[in-house]
Amino acid sequence: MRFVRPETLEEAATLLGQESGVTRIISGGTDVMVQMRSGLVAPDLVVDLKHLTGLRSITPEAGGFRIGAAVSGAQLGEHEGVCALWPGVVEGVQLIGSTQVQGRATMVGNLCNGSPAADAVPGLVAADATVRIMGPNGSRDCPVAEIPAGPGRTTLGKGEFVTSVFLPARPERSGDAYLRFTPRTEMDIAVAAAAVSLTVDAKGVVTAARVALGAVAPTVMLVPEAAAAIIGTTLDDAAQAALAAAASAACNPIDDKRGTIEFRTRVAGVLARRAALIALARAGGQN
Amino acid sequence: MKTIHVSTTVNGDAAEFICGPDESLLDVLRNRLGLTGAKEGCGTGDCGACSVMLDGRLVCSCLVLGAEAEGVTVDTIEGLAEGDHLHPLQQSFIDHAALQCGVCTPGILVAAKALLDRNPDPTETEVRYWLAGNLCRCTGYDKIIHAVMDAAKTMRAA
Ligand SMILES: Cc1cc2nc3c(=O)[nH]c(=O)nc-3n(C[C@H](O)[C@H](O)[C@H](O)COP(=O)(O)OP(=O)(O)OC[C@H]3O[C@@H](n4cnc5c(N)ncnc54)[C@H](O)[C@@H]3O)c2cc1C
Ligand code: FES
Ligand code: FES
Repeated sequence: MRFVRPETLEEAATLLGQESGVTRIISGGTDVMVQMRSGLVAPDLVVDLKHLTGLRSITPEAGGFRIGAAVSGAQLGEHEGVCALWPGVVEGVQLIGSTQVQGRATMVGNLCNGSPAADAVPGLVAADATVRIMGPNGSRDCPVAEIPAGPGRTTLGKGEFVTSVFLPARPERSGDAYLRFTPRTEMDIAVAAAAVSLTVDAKGVVTAARVALGAVAPTVMLVPEAAAAIIGTTLDDAAQAALAAAASAACNPIDDKRGTIEFRTRVAGVLARRAALIALARAGGQN
Repeated sequence: MKTIHVSTTVNGDAAEFICGPDESLLDVLRNRLGLTGAKEGCGTGDCGACSVMLDGRLVCSCLVLGAEAEGVTVDTIEGLAEGDHLHPLQQSFIDHAALQCGVCTPGILVAAKALLDRNPDPTETEVRYWLAGNLCRCTGYDKIIHAVMDAAKTMRAA
């Protein structure tokens, strides 16, 4: 195995693009190190990008924030601006692991590791966040929702890597929230999870919504039917029931000792409903 | 495998070492720098026995590559006492008998100090959540929590 700290993003792209063996980027290392140790992966090349300009900064941009790919959960949680604008995204990130893991783990590592149960990803998908990708052919932007391709897989091409996440501006009276179910309160992996981002008008009617589910399909997924169930409503009881039903209907989970298909399907609906109510309260609306 | 030369700062002093590209910071500290305070309980980020501070952040040194320590500051349990003068947390762990085999203790002290440095007056719930990534297989959690709460009180009065 080789360990390299490139001087520039271009050098990193060339290096990763030309490597014929297995490559990994070490951001927080909280997945990579565990996988290397367990023998799950034996990389030929490990690239560290954390020292490169912008990779560790959070910068206001167009009313939102651009967050460097190497920003840790702890650093994100200390940023008042991001916490105020996208509390649901931050609470998803901060559910990852322990204090120690938070000191290192990144949203981008969580996304690119490709776990269907990744806690940062539903919030990012609900937020309609995009990632900036660098690669041998230059830079491009892509919605977070289009990155996961299946358990442990992404749509990133050969030599491509993420340099930042962009969380957009949002209209007044907007809120978001993330909830997961785990058997333990700490240090556990989601059995089902839901994130909701919504905007209400002055009368409290939902004018826009995005609903994303985690751990109930091969990838984190956006569920437009669940969003449609609440747009145009005040999240009254009927809308809540329709939201839960649409979320459950979209589930295609695994069946294992941590959660049966029936359980995961039902709980995903419940979590979507509860997350929507928290998002509504954060948006200043009432049901 | 090509070895890597790393220049870093450990407990305030400049330190240099040579390590393998896949060697963890925990192995470097223990096997190359002779700092055996940080322990390996699991090697997978679950137990916190290897806790150290990296550029002022609490991390599991088993999840950091030695090579990543280039140019950063590392603070370990060995830097907690000032000479023979124990840190209030260390004294409190002795007073409360908050350790049995002691394998988890260095990690818990490093983690607890990180908490008290940022929050001198934590609630018991805050202490318990902050230390959720530090496992004690002798299961002496209650005494550990009380020792931390008590040390916080002593430090606030100082
Ligand atoms: C004790 C423990 C508890 C955990 N608990 C949780 C939990 O509750 N919820 C949860 O979701 N996860 C959990 N995890 C898993 C892990 O911490 C998260 O997935 C974390 O967000 C990974 O981020 P990282 O920066 O450490 O990734 P790394 O390990 O650095 O990288 C992960 C993957 O992403 C790729 N990658 C990294 N950076 C980039 C980049 N810039 N561009 C392209 N690809 C990149 C790497 O090549 C690798 O494949 C836990 C891990 C541990 C050890
Ligand atoms: S040895 Fe590092 S967390 Fe257990
Ligand atoms: S005292 Fe033995 S592990 Fe905690």
